Amino acid sequence: MSQTGSLMGFVHRRRRGAELFLLVLALMVGIGAYAAVGLGVEGVVPADLVGYGGWLTALIVGAHVTVRLVAPYADPVLLPLVAALNGLGLAVLRRLDLTYEANGLDQHTFARQQLIWMTLGVVLFIAALVLLRDHRVLQRFTYTAGLTGILLLILPFLPFIGREINGARIWINVAGFSFQPGEVAKVMLVIAFAGYLVLHRDALALAGRRVVFVDLPRGRDLGPIMAMFGVSMMILVLQNDLGSSLLFFGLFLVMLYVATERPGWLVVGGLLFGAGALAAYTFVGNVQNRFNFWLRPMDYYDQSPGSFQLVEALFGQGWGGLIGRGFGNGFPERVPFAYSDFIVSTIGEELGLTAVMAIILCYGLIVERALRIALISRDGFGKLLAVGLGAIVALQVFVVIGGVTGLIPLTGLTTPFLSYGGSSLVANWVVVALLLRVSDQARRPAPRLEPVDDSGADSESTQVVKLK
Amino acid sequence: MSELTLFLIRVAFLAILWIFVLSAISVIRSDMFGARVPETARGGAPAPQRKGNGKPRKPRRGAPTHLLVVEGAEAGTRAELADAPLLIGRGSDAAIKLDDDYVSTRHARVAASGDEWFVEDLGSTNGTYVGPVRITQPTTIGLGVQVRVGKTILELRK
Repeated sequence: MSQTGSLMGFVHRRRRGAELFLLVLALMVGIGAYAAVGLGVEGVVPADLVGYGGWLTALIVGAHVTVRLVAPYADPVLLPLVAALNGLGLAVLRRLDLTYEANGLDQHTFARQQLIWMTLGVVLFIAALVLLRDHRVLQRFTYTAGLTGILLLILPFLPFIGREINGARIWINVAGFSFQPGEVAKVMLVIAFAGYLVLHRDALALAGRRVVFVDLPRGRDLGPIMAMFGVSMMILVLQNDLGSSLLFFGLFLVMLYVATERPGWLVVGGLLFGAGALAAYTFVGNVQNRFNFWLRPMDYYDQSPGSFQLVEALFGQGWGGLIGRGFGNGFPERVPFAYSDFIVSTIGEELGLTAVMAIILCYGLIVERALRIALISRDGFGKLLAVGLGAIVALQVFVVIGGVTGLIPLTGLTTPFLSYGGSSLVANWVVVALLLRVSDQARRPAPRLEPVDDSGADSESTQVVKLK
Repeated sequence: MSELTLFLIRVAFLAILWIFVLSAISVIRSDMFGARVPETARGGAPAPQRKGNGKPRKPRRGAPTHLLVVEGAEAGTRAELADAPLLIGRGSDAAIKLDDDYVSTRHARVAASGDEWFVEDLGSTNGTYVGPVRITQPTTIGLGVQVRVGKTILELRK
């Protein structure tokens, strides 16, 4: 992790103009999708297109101006990517709202609420960039962040504020707002892991013995990984939330591997994960069901609990084909929770494989940028922070889209930026702010301290050496 | 709304989506290889900042004025920041000369860039620490931040 020298050969340009250009395109995606929804479902351009487009533009321009002012060297691609995904997500939610409204369902204001959450997310994005001028400050809060993360995870179990929705106890309810503290815990835990690993990676990386090609770590160094494994299993068993449990453990494993460069940790982690999955499969009925639905979805179509949701999603995506049915011509409302976990199947049905590939590519680019930031970052903490934040997005997208398309057993997680869900959206905007902050530090030219010193002192000291 | 119009809208939207994705990739492509600016131009880029430095800076209120050894054998030794960059080490050319076995001859350096002060390790054997963290690159230090070299701790003071 110290080969930054070769990469510091060139100076990064600011590229704020490129960002603006991409943002204009991203807005065209978002607003264009909104207009297409109106045309497809109702046959007219939505009446509030100007107001909606103006609001979206104001948010994005606000974010862009902030980046220009306080993080001028930040990565130019991240903000447009999330703006496009968020805009597309809003339009798809609007499309679902229109159908839900026509069908007389109670809940048909997802798009409007999501827009409010997006506003809050962008405000927090701006606040994070303005208040946090150097990500290394976060390293001081390693253990505070870790403790906060764990507390946030425990919060849903507390009486009065904890709530169980759809079988998963991951919500809290405060003053009429429900919130998933786990989404914030993710960010906190990344900060904690990065701060912890950057200090302890030598011990974790060097000690150990070699067993057939892989260096296995010492027993006494297994503490943190066992603790994290325990936390993940606790989430799985107590909260009945397979997705988050997978996310937290995977996240820790990725960061541990990146920090130590030792495949031995992956072996240990993989074995633990295998054991955990087997135990969960044997003892937790829910997990067993998920496996069965995944292996033979059609067999469980009309049972309860059954694979109705997954099968409908697969039908929808199949019917969508290569370029989709077009907004308004599919039946995404047949899939329960089409607005949250299954939003990708809605997109697959109405915009087809072409759009789903574009979306997966967008996520791929976000992750690539995060890893790129990690490569060029000059400090270990920034590197690990960027890797961790990228890993959150990567794992979440893989688990959700993999589940919805039938690649892996379905686990409930939100699709970042697309799905309806306030906590997730707000947390993800903060994730992007942190990534931009690290990238601003990484791409900024190194402070030019060299020329001041080298002339006099250097020659002098060289002479001393020669005299000797 | 005719079937054809809807089809065209759909295709147009998918086209916009992909134009966006491809533009993003193309921005990254030129970003990946970087703009390799010639050495002279690189020196020129941060020039405005440096010019600002060249003028005799009048110290702002609250800006540090000297570097003080607060702990170690040479506690109490100070060096004025006006003479920056300051070299810290055991060598005779060091502005703060430390008689500490754990300090290298040319150990670290304190210098300014703009309004900020940086400490930079000069490839010392035992490293330079800001707070608990060993630094690998020039690191900003503010008033009262403890910089440790060997058994000695230094601070910027007003």
